[in-house]
Amino acid sequence: MTKTVALYYSLMGLVLIAVGFFQSWNVAFGILNLCLISAIMALGVNMQWGYAGLFNVGIMGFTALGALAAVLISMAPVQEAWEVAGGDLFLSLLSLAGTVVAILLARRAVPRGLRPYVVVLLLIPGYFLTMHFFGPATERIEAIDPALTGYLGGLGLPVLLAWPVGGLVAAGAGWLIGRISLGLRADYLAIATLGISEIIIAIIKYEEWLSRGVKNVTGIPRPVPYEVDLVEADWFISFASSLGVSDTSEAAGVFVKICYALLFIAVLAIIMWLAERALQSPWGRMMRAIRDNRDAAAAMGKDVKARHLQVFVLGCAVCGVAGAMLATLDGQLTPTSYIPLRYTFLIWVMVILGGSGNNWGAVLGGFVIWFLWIQAEPLGSWVMNVVTAPMPEGSALADHLVAGSVYMRYLLMGAILLLVMRFAPKGLIPEK
Amino acid sequence: MDIANAFALLSNFVLVPALAYGAQLALGALGVTIIFGILRFANFAHGEMMSFGAMAAILATWFLQSQGVSISPLPTALLALPIGILAAIGMACLTDRFVFRFYRRKRSNPIVFAIVSVGVMFVMAGLIRIIIGPDDQSFADGARFLVTVREFKAATGLDQGIAIKQSQVITVVVALIVVAFLFWFLQRTRWGKAMRAYSDDEDLALLSGIDPEKVVLIAWIIAAALAAIAGTLYGLDKTYKPFIFLQILLPIFAATILGGIGQPVGAVLGGFIIAFSEVMVTYAFKRFLAYLGPDGWVPDGLVQLLSTDYKFAVSFVILVAVLLVRPTGIIRGKVI
Repeated sequence: MTKTVALYYSLMGLVLIAVGFFQSWNVAFGILNLCLISAIMALGVNMQWGYAGLFNVGIMGFTALGALAAVLISMAPVQEAWEVAGGDLFLSLLSLAGTVVAILLARRAVPRGLRPYVVVLLLIPGYFLTMHFFGPATERIEAIDPALTGYLGGLGLPVLLAWPVGGLVAAGAGWLIGRISLGLRADYLAIATLGISEIIIAIIKYEEWLSRGVKNVTGIPRPVPYEVDLVEADWFISFASSLGVSDTSEAAGVFVKICYALLFIAVLAIIMWLAERALQSPWGRMMRAIRDNRDAAAAMGKDVKARHLQVFVLGCAVCGVAGAMLATLDGQLTPTSYIPLRYTFLIWVMVILGGSGNNWGAVLGGFVIWFLWIQAEPLGSWVMNVVTAPMPEGSALADHLVAGSVYMRYLLMGAILLLVMRFAPKGLIPEK
Repeated sequence: MDIANAFALLSNFVLVPALAYGAQLALGALGVTIIFGILRFANFAHGEMMSFGAMAAILATWFLQSQGVSISPLPTALLALPIGILAAIGMACLTDRFVFRFYRRKRSNPIVFAIVSVGVMFVMAGLIRIIIGPDDQSFADGARFLVTVREFKAATGLDQGIAIKQSQVITVVVALIVVAFLFWFLQRTRWGKAMRAYSDDEDLALLSGIDPEKVVLIAWIIAAALAAIAGTLYGLDKTYKPFIFLQILLPIFAATILGGIGQPVGAVLGGFIIAFSEVMVTYAFKRFLAYLGPDGWVPDGLVQLLSTDYKFAVSFVILVAVLLVRPTGIIRGKVI
């Protein structure tokens, strides 16, 4: 068992090293960094699916919340926005909270049959009161220098702090969503989470006062040095020359990526250690017992719904951390780039390929699938070039096929998922 | 107070578009609900199936257009629609034979089916993008409007006009014909009854000699045909863009669950309810209320509940509300 694990991991390592030698080290470390982030996302999904059998297809939303946290923690605050609209924003928040409290209190006070009516009756004035403050406030914020800011900005804190905070934000959202949708049948849960993730993306996309929306936030501060500074730093130039590297700009790129990789490996190691501890503890056994036979576990006195909520929140938190890390690596938040095929279903392929219920498998799946996702592009264009080679020069069909070769990656991912489900449903590294 | 103008305004911006959109959703939801009733899983690949059928229809349309075939003033796409339907049916039969049948024989868990359908979705999404590309494709021809705003104003003398696009009328008419045919099939024919029996109680249906493979095959054929029709009509009415079909999956699922899973009547009902709520919640009622109120009075704000950006959030909120309050949907039960 451990031998196969070691074999798979060393093979993966060799492949990455080969990329370093044959393509470039910049490419190799670029792939490695995203492999590490993907592995963390896969760990999060594996907690929900592998430990507990929860079919969550809203990963994209939790990842995006993590990315939003990176913006809100690390970007510099826009003072002017707070000055012109801070008061009104606070008042709208107050009215929202007041409405919620009033509804909760009223629900207790009135008899059961009247409850829905009372809720609606309180909701309508509450909504208009909140919007009365909220609408003008956001308009004023978005009017401030829209080409550069036009949003509230963040807190201006170190970006590393955003990683745990991203986890917390995603966990909070996960708790709220889990309260509503867990306890539904499995396919209902899938549909509900799919919808929630789309709504989270819509909010990030259209609430410009919060996240600049489709105007994107760029220049999220880095936790590691910038290439332009490195190239001019004396210690780096002498360091590079001592290694016998002549091209310093290339070396600076690799150095920055290695810094990121070390940070990511540290996070992955911590999460992995915790996940393995949890899986092997009585808690982990209980989760698997619930997954394998819910009724029996309930009969033994296990609170199935509470356990599901717990593991759902934990998985969401891990995805949130990964999302914050991804935004840090990219240095930007681009809401339009969040599409479910890439951020939800691809992660699912990772977990299924790696081995549901096995953390080492999930991590391996994250590595393999991300590698293939990236390398499918050159592979696809190679295949298409071979296919179109016999066609006449300048044929429209040939050009069209070569242009479409990027999408070979979808085909490849689908084929992998279908083949694994059919012939190796336990994945590369099966659950013990 | 000007009721006629208020009604014209509302029809133009809410009733007519929502009716067409509702018909498209209803057709999509019917397909999902039939697969759910017979094969008992949520088919995530249904959106891509719509896209695939529409793509085939578009390719056929282009071919016909290049040959100079035209049924003007009707759009050529109508003539090409059977090709799209056949392509979608072929695709559905292939996926069933090579993917789903294996799990059916193993009697796998519905979640396994759902995950496998994600794989099918990936494959189809890749195929579609390789064949037709990821961009907008226009294929609508023929007359654009049945009634234009100007004609309507001239005919009625109102300030507000109603424009009725030809594609909207075609959508509603085709949907009516298809739904009527489907209900006739399910209620009156031998195989329709067999499908209902199978959906109701699989074991009893098997005992009475119904061939399950045939029932499943018919279910796929119906679902694929509905998907191709829905996809083509949607493309004709709005625009064909591959990535839209993953987004439209959500309102379709919402319509299915709202109506009651496995309930064709419910799916149609659900489709229209979702469409009307989406359009109405995001419509600014300012001018409508101005017509209804006393002369010269205009409401302060836009009187819009949600900005149009959150259109599909509406379907989702309805979905959650239904799941919490009445998980069985409007029409109870799981009978097809």
